[in-house]
Amino acid sequence: MSRRSGTGWAADLALGARLVFAGGRNGLLRTLMTALGVGLGVALLLTSTSVSTMLGGRSERTAARDDQFFGVDQPPPGDRTLLVMAADTTYRDAAIRGRLLQPDGAHPPVPPGLTRLPGPGELVVSPALARLLDSADGALLRPRLAHPVVGTIADRGLSGPNEYAYYLGTDRLRPGGGTMRIDRFGTEPSGEALDPVLMLLVLIIFVVLLLPIAVFIAAAVRFGGEARDRRLAALRLVGADTVTTRRVAAGEALVGAVFGLLAGAVLFLLGRQLVERVTLEGISAFAEDVRPSPALTVLIVLAVPALAVAVAQLALRRIVVEPLGVVRRSADRRRRLWWRLTVPIVGVALLAPLRGGIDQTGGPVNQAQVITGVVLLLVGVAALLPWLVEAVVGRLRGGSVSWQLAIRRLQLDSESSARMVSGVAVAVAGGIALQMLFAGVQHDYVRATGQDVSRAQTMVLVRGDLAGADAGSLAERFRSVPGVDRAVSVLDATVSPVGSVPDEYGERPGTLLRIADCTAVRELASPDRCVDGDMFQIVDDQSPARADLPAPGQQVELGFRDPETTRWTVPSGLRTVPTRTDPSGSRVTGLLATPGALGPATLHGLGATVYLTMDLARPDTIELVRNVAAGIGPGADVQTLRATEEVTRFAQLRRGLYVGVVATLLLLGASLLVGILEQLRERRRSLAVLVAFGTRRGTLGASVLWQTALPVLLGLALAILLGTALGGILLALVGQAVRLDWSSIGAMSGIAAGVVLLVTGASLPVLWRLLRPTGLRTE
Amino acid sequence: MSTEEQPLLAAVALHKAYGATPALDGASLAIRAGEVVAVMGPSGSGKSTLLHCLAGIVRPDAGAVRYRDRELSAMPDAERSALRRGEFGFVFQFGQLVPELTCLENVALPLRLAGVRRREAERRAAEWLARLEVTDVAGQRPGGVSGGQGQRVAVARALVTAPRVIFADEPTGALDSLNGEQVMRLLTGAAREAGAAVVLVTHEPRVAAYADREIVVRDGRTRETVLADR
Amino acid sequence: MSIGQTFLGLLEASPRHGYELKRVYDERFGQGRPLHYGQVYSTLARLLKSGLVSVDGVEPGAGPERKRYAITEAGVTDVRRWLAQPEKPDAYLQNTLYAKVVLGLLTGRDAADILDVQRAEHLRLMRTLTRRKADGDLADQLICDFALFHLEADLRWLELTAARLDQLATTLASTTPAPQAGPAAAQAGPAAPQGGPPAAQAGTAARRGGSTGREVSA
Repeated sequence: MSRRSGTGWAADLALGARLVFAGGRNGLLRTLMTALGVGLGVALLLTSTSVSTMLGGRSERTAARDDQFFGVDQPPPGDRTLLVMAADTTYRDAAIRGRLLQPDGAHPPVPPGLTRLPGPGELVVSPALARLLDSADGALLRPRLAHPVVGTIADRGLSGPNEYAYYLGTDRLRPGGGTMRIDRFGTEPSGEALDPVLMLLVLIIFVVLLLPIAVFIAAAVRFGGEARDRRLAALRLVGADTVTTRRVAAGEALVGAVFGLLAGAVLFLLGRQLVERVTLEGISAFAEDVRPSPALTVLIVLAVPALAVAVAQLALRRIVVEPLGVVRRSADRRRRLWWRLTVPIVGVALLAPLRGGIDQTGGPVNQAQVITGVVLLLVGVAALLPWLVEAVVGRLRGGSVSWQLAIRRLQLDSESSARMVSGVAVAVAGGIALQMLFAGVQHDYVRATGQDVSRAQTMVLVRGDLAGADAGSLAERFRSVPGVDRAVSVLDATVSPVGSVPDEYGERPGTLLRIADCTAVRELASPDRCVDGDMFQIVDDQSPARADLPAPGQQVELGFRDPETTRWTVPSGLRTVPTRTDPSGSRVTGLLATPGALGPATLHGLGATVYLTMDLARPDTIELVRNVAAGIGPGADVQTLRATEEVTRFAQLRRGLYVGVVATLLLLGASLLVGILEQLRERRRSLAVLVAFGTRRGTLGASVLWQTALPVLLGLALAILLGTALGGILLALVGQAVRLDWSSIGAMSGIAAGVVLLVTGASLPVLWRLLRPTGLRTE
Repeated sequence: MSTEEQPLLAAVALHKAYGATPALDGASLAIRAGEVVAVMGPSGSGKSTLLHCLAGIVRPDAGAVRYRDRELSAMPDAERSALRRGEFGFVFQFGQLVPELTCLENVALPLRLAGVRRREAERRAAEWLARLEVTDVAGQRPGGVSGGQGQRVAVARALVTAPRVIFADEPTGALDSLNGEQVMRLLTGAAREAGAAVVLVTHEPRVAAYADREIVVRDGRTRETVLADR
Repeated sequence: MSIGQTFLGLLEASPRHGYELKRVYDERFGQGRPLHYGQVYSTLARLLKSGLVSVDGVEPGAGPERKRYAITEAGVTDVRRWLAQPEKPDAYLQNTLYAKVVLGLLTGRDAADILDVQRAEHLRLMRTLTRRKADGDLADQLICDFALFHLEADLRWLELTAARLDQLATTLASTTPAPQAGPAAAQAGPAAPQGGPPAAQAGTAARRGGSTGREVSA
């Protein structure tokens, strides 16, 4: 072929491209299937490369509206300053970001997304919140935000399209106690980096999801391979040589890949529009934010056609296209084990030195080493599977007719089955490894709160701004909410030495003085007896803080802020009682007085805690409680008590992983289905003869099931083995003890098995159709 | 041969069309137990469709197929399948051996489908392979044996269940003369010995000459010529 | 091949003069060897004597060439019997079979039946040979096979002919004088060309027919 010029290349490629379209309806259908398959994969790839830009846009916007500058000196009041108080609330399970704004002067800063500050009593809401307030679903939220809505927050002031947020103008804020004075909105994007362990998880999630997609794309470009082989044989008959057929095959593959890229772009753009409708864990994204990073996009555009051509050439290596047909080379070549074993072993070798080297506080991870190691271990699944299937199937004997047909088929050609299944196995192995890692590090991210949900399920915290006169009826107001069984309220004041100086937040050092009736006293301490008028020193014997308790007879000041403090003398003869862990899990050392001992009505600047026992089966109750709390003041915060607490980033990752694995498995199921259908079509004559013989349909259906299930089972076994090994290594990397997580192994295998059953079920109608006697007709 | 005898298998006025193309247009015939009947006719005349209808593989659009005292065309699919497993045997022109199975397993297959245990099925299959002089290919897959050997394996498979009727559709179509002769000699010889009737679809007169009589199908209709005895 | 039965078949299609019979016979079955007039009239005389034909009419001017012959009932029966009777499956019987098929078509009979009967006869012989082969030694087998292959060749020709009957019928219809056209042509002479088939056309048909056959053995 040395005499051929460069145009020969182009002509051969073009011929391949033309053959795709010349194949008639079937050829076009196969090309469409390839395009759709590759397109799905490309769309997923584009989406995953968009994640960083999406998160980037989100964090830029949230940084630009930041108004909680902790650890920074607050500016003095002036023309350009603003008092702001966070008034976040929760409705149903959705978080609502809320801010109270009160300008100090005529030129206060305006948060992004707003054109002006709302006046006192005026509300500016996000579009999603506006819709919620207008809908019937928002009925219980409306009393909480019963203010006229004068505007909408523009997109640049929101983290995502479905975020619930509001700004409420007010004139009742005073500095201190959670209220801040600011002269601008926004900080530099902090680039709050994921800690190394989370980074490892994210990296591995990407590898685990993208690797099967690569396998899938490789399978998708081989759709219709049989027909292509026959076409190439026909070309050989009219005089094409081997080199030409290779180029023609490359041309065909390129067409499929290019169409796949186009389909992927279209699917991606369509899917992007749907993004705004989705809210996951309270996070939503703007469609415009879902932008693939340019460098990765170029990589995809180059890599997918290259992969397609490479796969086509590899496929040709296994067959000999002769003028009169296609000869397969697979049968006589025994698979060698050594290089297949080398792949995962090298992977382990790369990962092993990092053992214990990754922790939450540690330095940066060697990402390339981790990724290469993980990829090699997972690719090891795909490399070992053909050998395993061949080795196992070769030893199987006997059984029922359907079983015999299936294993004999696998013995004849185990490669195509193993190839189809390898993607599933890789996905499952990765999924198992990740779940193990999750389960292993879970206790770092899920901590016990010490809250006792048997004593109270909800706690209302009111920051220190209550006048004692209002505080008395606090428990009453919650008790009247339907569904609340019990409400116990405790008032908190601070006892400070006379003349002590407020700190930078306007609070003075002191001891906690809690005011509670005898019912409430028993939630906080364990006195042997209690009558109104009693007063106690409560001491947490697990804490060394008792030294700070003011001595009896000492003159102290009660209250937060200077103008509202009251002089008070610590009475003598206080009984000292041990503290009791309150329902929120706190243990307090301080003074505890019954109302009769102190007369709280004269006090100001009180904080309060109300413990509520309520019927959790009534979802409206918590909303009504929140409404009552909102009526007390902007500083009232309703907290649901939980025995454990999970870092939310972690929950999102885990949910994302499950969604990703299921989506990947469905995708692989689609390619599995196409493979089975092709194989069935190829065998239609043989099937028709079996039917002529009187073979039951059930026998043939079972044979197809065995034939799919056997490689899948072997693939799952291998996936469990290598996935567990990878999970163990990953756990070792982060210094955790290796534990088997049977539930996730079960779940992953179950999902995979479900996909296989689904695929077999979906292939049966085609099988039945092929079994119709028309298959016996010879043209 | 007595004409009073009840036919084993009879077709009356069969009609069958594939789409708009009529394949059978009023075909009728009767086959007596143990006789070898050649169905001849040009390609596309409907011979194979007639065979498929007679064997209960295809349900005719109109007309009746009667096997012994049962109406084949009225049976549900499962029953016809059971009949094909138990009472009929098949030999086709090509592509009939299951490529995944060894020759021995192929021959044992109908027995196993009928519920015979594997060991027993393969023992009987081996006997038939011996009778058809192809014992040496028992362990090979069909892809590795010659056309004549493959066809003899197929004949063994058709005979292994001791069927009452063997349907052979161009059994020598892919063979040269010598192999074709051998296959026909073995097929008809074994069938006559076992008392099985043979429905032999062929367009080759030399193959049809192995039959007791011939039926000609032309344009979907049967023509049977009975010569006056001379 | 029997000239007499061929004449009878042609006369069944329509009554004809002797010279007309000779001309049609030569065109269709003559294979380039025309009949002698003597042969024609001796055959006709024999048929007359057997009562298979009769003289239908005499043109003015007398002489044997002026007589017009027609088939009798007995003649029709004889033709029917002849056509229905398979030929002995010897070699070289294509001309006879061809003549039978053409006459069958000309007389409106089902020519396919003629072929089917012949096939049945051939197969009967082939079956006998096949059975003899099964019982005989290798020499017997080889001899039988020789005969079988020849018979098979005949049968292949029969199949092909059967497949082409429609085509043949069309050709005959366009090249053969209509039943009443013969006398009309004779009466009108060369001045009335509408019924008289051009010799060239008829010659073509004869060559076509002849090309499938071999030597005439009759």
